[in-house]
Amino acid sequence: MNEFIFFINKVVISGSVIGSIYAMGAIGVTLVFAILRFAHFAHGDLMTLGAFFSYILVVLFPEAGSFIGLPTGFVMLPIAMALTAIVAILLDRSFYRPLRQNNVKPVVMVMASIGVTLMIQGLIRVFAGPSSRNFFFAERKDIFRIELPFELASRKIVVTEPQLLLFVFITVAVISLHLFLTRSRLGKAMRAMSDNPDLSRVSGINTTMVVWTTWIIAGSLAAAAGTLLSLDVTLKPDLSFNILLPIFAAAIVGGVGHPYGAIAGGFVVGFAETLSVFNWAIFLRPFRDSLPDWIDLPNKLAFVPTEYKITVPFVILVVILIWRPTGIFKGQVL
Amino acid sequence: MALIKATGLHGGYGAMNILNGVDMEIEEGEIGVIVGANGAGKSTTLKALFGLLNVTEGEIIFKGETITNMQPDKLVRRGMAFVPQEYNIFPSLTVQENLEMGAFVRKDDFTHLIDQMYGYFPDLAGKRDQPAGELSGGQRQMVAMSRALMIEPSLLLLDEPTAGLSPLYMNEIFDRIIAINKSGVGILMVEQNAKQALGIAHKGFVLANGTNRFTDTGTNLLNDPEVAKSFLGG
Ligand SMILES: Nc1ncnc2c1ncn2[C@@H]1O[C@H](COP(=O)(O)OP(=O)(O)O)[C@@H](O)[C@H]1O
Ligand SMILES: [Mg+2]
Repeated sequence: MNEFIFFINKVVISGSVIGSIYAMGAIGVTLVFAILRFAHFAHGDLMTLGAFFSYILVVLFPEAGSFIGLPTGFVMLPIAMALTAIVAILLDRSFYRPLRQNNVKPVVMVMASIGVTLMIQGLIRVFAGPSSRNFFFAERKDIFRIELPFELASRKIVVTEPQLLLFVFITVAVISLHLFLTRSRLGKAMRAMSDNPDLSRVSGINTTMVVWTTWIIAGSLAAAAGTLLSLDVTLKPDLSFNILLPIFAAAIVGGVGHPYGAIAGGFVVGFAETLSVFNWAIFLRPFRDSLPDWIDLPNKLAFVPTEYKITVPFVILVVILIWRPTGIFKGQVL
Repeated sequence: MALIKATGLHGGYGAMNILNGVDMEIEEGEIGVIVGANGAGKSTTLKALFGLLNVTEGEIIFKGETITNMQPDKLVRRGMAFVPQEYNIFPSLTVQENLEMGAFVRKDDFTHLIDQMYGYFPDLAGKRDQPAGELSGGQRQMVAMSRALMIEPSLLLLDEPTAGLSPLYMNEIFDRIIAINKSGVGILMVEQNAKQALGIAHKGFVLANGTNRFTDTGTNLLNDPEVAKSFLGG
């Protein structure tokens, strides 16, 4: 029983946490690709930037959360999301739009976004230095330990308040995104432009407005993902470096250009990571006494050593693309 | 006053010139038909009228206003609609959503127009919630035309609306074009079925090498032995 609870904590909860973060990042990557047809490599940096906006707000108004009993970082999230959305639009106007208007090849856009990555990372390093920061310097991080009503269960399911808030947030975000894309005029125009940009122009769809909306959704979700991840652990200035590859893997696994695919892809990659570093030896331990002597149970029995976790998204990517070259949902060709 | 009048259009793709002086003119509520061999510049002419091509010389006047090189979204607001030859629907959007996208520039309630489209094309009514990409070729053409009609255009540009369709659908599309025109919409269309199209045309334009070879009423062109010999297959 305890082994099972250990599994819930290490795989189900951790996988859902990291899967949610990847999903939110991948939605942005996939939407930008669907509308603007290029791989936006600076997306991870929008996450870092959003998390830093939240952090600065928490430093400025450390008491804000205590009024409503939620972590200040979470209370400040909407402002950070709005700021990041504005940054995303400004980046588009100053770097990507001029290129787009000159009809450059997609690879030039990708290169430009790598330039933007280096620029944002440089700025963050200049102003924030290399050290990690904790959002909970003035308040306590609530941790919930849930006891299971079984005799053999002495361990508890452990989930933190930021994790619960993350689950609530992504649920609301995904439902809102779905309603937006299927019910609103602008959301439908977004799908239309993803389907056929030329016909969108011919129909008189305001393509500039669609592009802005794309950056607003991508930027605000990136800020939310960055902040919620940093609330769960700490705010690391190299957040984007570690998260960029998994979110691209998630977007591709899900089928590029498909927001629902990006969500699925995010969880596939997230769970693959937690499952691959999970110590399966735990499940064998109860049988130790009944096993013959010559079987020596190892202490650690994981598919991948934790240090190599970063390779997991690639393996998943390759396996899924061999099985289904367009991703889980039928995506566009990169 | 002419609904649309283009004179001496020159233009092309990049440095390559395709149009070498094209003239087009139809009156309000008329049907104009453009015919000509493959590569003659028929599609390019429609694109030039709709602002999808850089017109380097010549002038386009629509409802008395000069619109040369005006962007498509502005033309849509002025009442011009265009159905391209290919890729003329949003495949992953439902039929109904395709129509809604046609009405994107409208701020008013357009439900009656959607109903009117299902009236024109009863085939579509039962498929309104189906992705348009799943429909047959003929039905897709109906979606494409309906999408364009959602702005209640005064001029509808159609590029080969019957290309690749079975004779059954072809006749239905022709019938619908006539009905749409009867409701007061001016139509300028490119057609491969030159005889049938010129038969319903008030004005006909025979293009060759990016310029007008013959320009006359539809009936006169049909009866012109020279046109018949070189462009209508005898
Ligand atoms: N997008 C394009 N880029 C470059 N050349 C084109 C393009 N579209 C058409 N052309 C060329 O322009 C000429 C006229 O094409 P088009 O107007 O499509 O002829 P059609 O009369 O068959 O509709 C052809 O030689 C074609 O190869
Ligand atoms: Mg053509």
